[in-house]
Amino acid sequence: MMGLFGAPAIPQLGLSTLCLRDVWKSYPTKRGANPVLRGVNLELRRGEKIAILGGNGAGKSTLIRIAGGIERPNRGYVHLGLRVSWPLAFSGAFQGSLTGWDNARFICRVHGQDFATAQDFIADFSALGRYLDEPVKSYSSGMRARLAFAVSMMIEFDVYLLDEVFAVGDARFQARCHEELFVRRADRAFLIVSHDAGYVRDHCDRAAVLRDGTLTEYACVAEAQDAHHAHMAAPITT
Amino acid sequence: MIEALLATTPALNRAALRRAIAVQRRVIWALMLRETLTRYGRHNIGFLWLFVEPMLFTLGVTALWHATGMTHGSQLPIMAFALTGYSTILLWRNMPGRCVGAVGANLPLLYHRHVRVADIFLSRVALEAAGATMSFTLLGLVLIAGEWIDPPEDFLLLAWAWALTAWFGAALALMLGSLAEGSEWVEKLWHPAAYLLFPLSGAAFLMDALPADFQAVLGWIPMVHCTEMIRAAWFGSQIVPHYDTAYLVACNLGLSLMGLANERRLSRSAVPE
Repeated sequence: MMGLFGAPAIPQLGLSTLCLRDVWKSYPTKRGANPVLRGVNLELRRGEKIAILGGNGAGKSTLIRIAGGIERPNRGYVHLGLRVSWPLAFSGAFQGSLTGWDNARFICRVHGQDFATAQDFIADFSALGRYLDEPVKSYSSGMRARLAFAVSMMIEFDVYLLDEVFAVGDARFQARCHEELFVRRADRAFLIVSHDAGYVRDHCDRAAVLRDGTLTEYACVAEAQDAHHAHMAAPITT
Repeated sequence: MIEALLATTPALNRAALRRAIAVQRRVIWALMLRETLTRYGRHNIGFLWLFVEPMLFTLGVTALWHATGMTHGSQLPIMAFALTGYSTILLWRNMPGRCVGAVGANLPLLYHRHVRVADIFLSRVALEAAGATMSFTLLGLVLIAGEWIDPPEDFLLLAWAWALTAWFGAALALMLGSLAEGSEWVEKLWHPAAYLLFPLSGAAFLMDALPADFQAVLGWIPMVHCTEMIRAAWFGSQIVPHYDTAYLVACNLGLSLMGLANERRLSRSAVPE
């Protein structure tokens, strides 16, 4: 069925899902287009927690950026029926020349969150102290992640996109992340990409492996983990 | 305008459209505040620079022309002549100046899904338009209050001409801003072009004082129509203006269309690191 101007008709979808249908993405390189995603399908409902495993360069970051609406697929359809966070990763999201506070203020404004009520939480959670008055470019990657995390906790999202963000910070920070995300926001959805199956095991109820540009979902996290490990152990064929 | 847009939309989509408008308003406002902050900081007079800077430019030019008794082919008072001419230039020239290279410098902002390329341009255009308008208004009021110049004869025409000039600047900014991400030629060529257009834009002469052949050639430059229209509103019966509103609107529409098309193309390819 074709829609307006010959574009493919939008499939009927559940309104409150994050849904990727036959998503293709390639990047131009000097030796021609490099296909990263070749027909990825994914549907995530409120409350579901999915881990996406994949080796370096498997396209995990591309996938999470497409799910976050930052990049558009070359082909396929992305439906953002839920409030999806920006990818909480090491980099991105901040303007280096502005201070931590100014960046936080900007993000709150964009999302319609009152900054005054968020301020105390951000100061407390990020534990950045007087560095909040310094330009973000002077932050370490761990400090950036802490700020990104703190700000994102002040905005109501239905889906959190996590890009191995737990790996930063000390034990205390990790414990607080765990508390904020998986205890207080247990009713939200999470999409976690990782190359380490170990720590997603306890947090996720679904798991898939991203390999050769396609996403394969497994019946349980352990099974996905085995498949991922088997693939990682195999000799490189390219 | 928004109410009219909502009224023509099917009920099912109306809520979505209303939400989208709310988001875009929020984003553009956030971007404007952020841009003011990065540009002027919190030191000394801060955001006041937004219109103090163009005021200083206009005052400087006005003073210079006044002191040298520059000939401009008419008996009009030089102060009012300089004020109308230079303010018009600032209005259409600053918007493209701020939009060229704006996306490349602000790529990290696109990390937030609600922020789109168009919002970056729109926020800067709004900021420049506000600055130029405040500068023109304040200088006009001060000079009128001090009885250095006479007030404009036709306020309504002045507002209309100012709005059309702002539209022209915004469309040009959208067009050049989007093209500049694809080729650095745009930025390199815009600076000399803006400089050369200063004497050609009608700021320093009245069309009526020129020979007919000149008029025929300069009549193709849209900025000349902006300046003539603003002067027609200010001086009214004292001058014979040469402008064509239909031509200016046609230029604006054409530029807007091309600008939006380029913006759309750019918004697909512009991605943060």
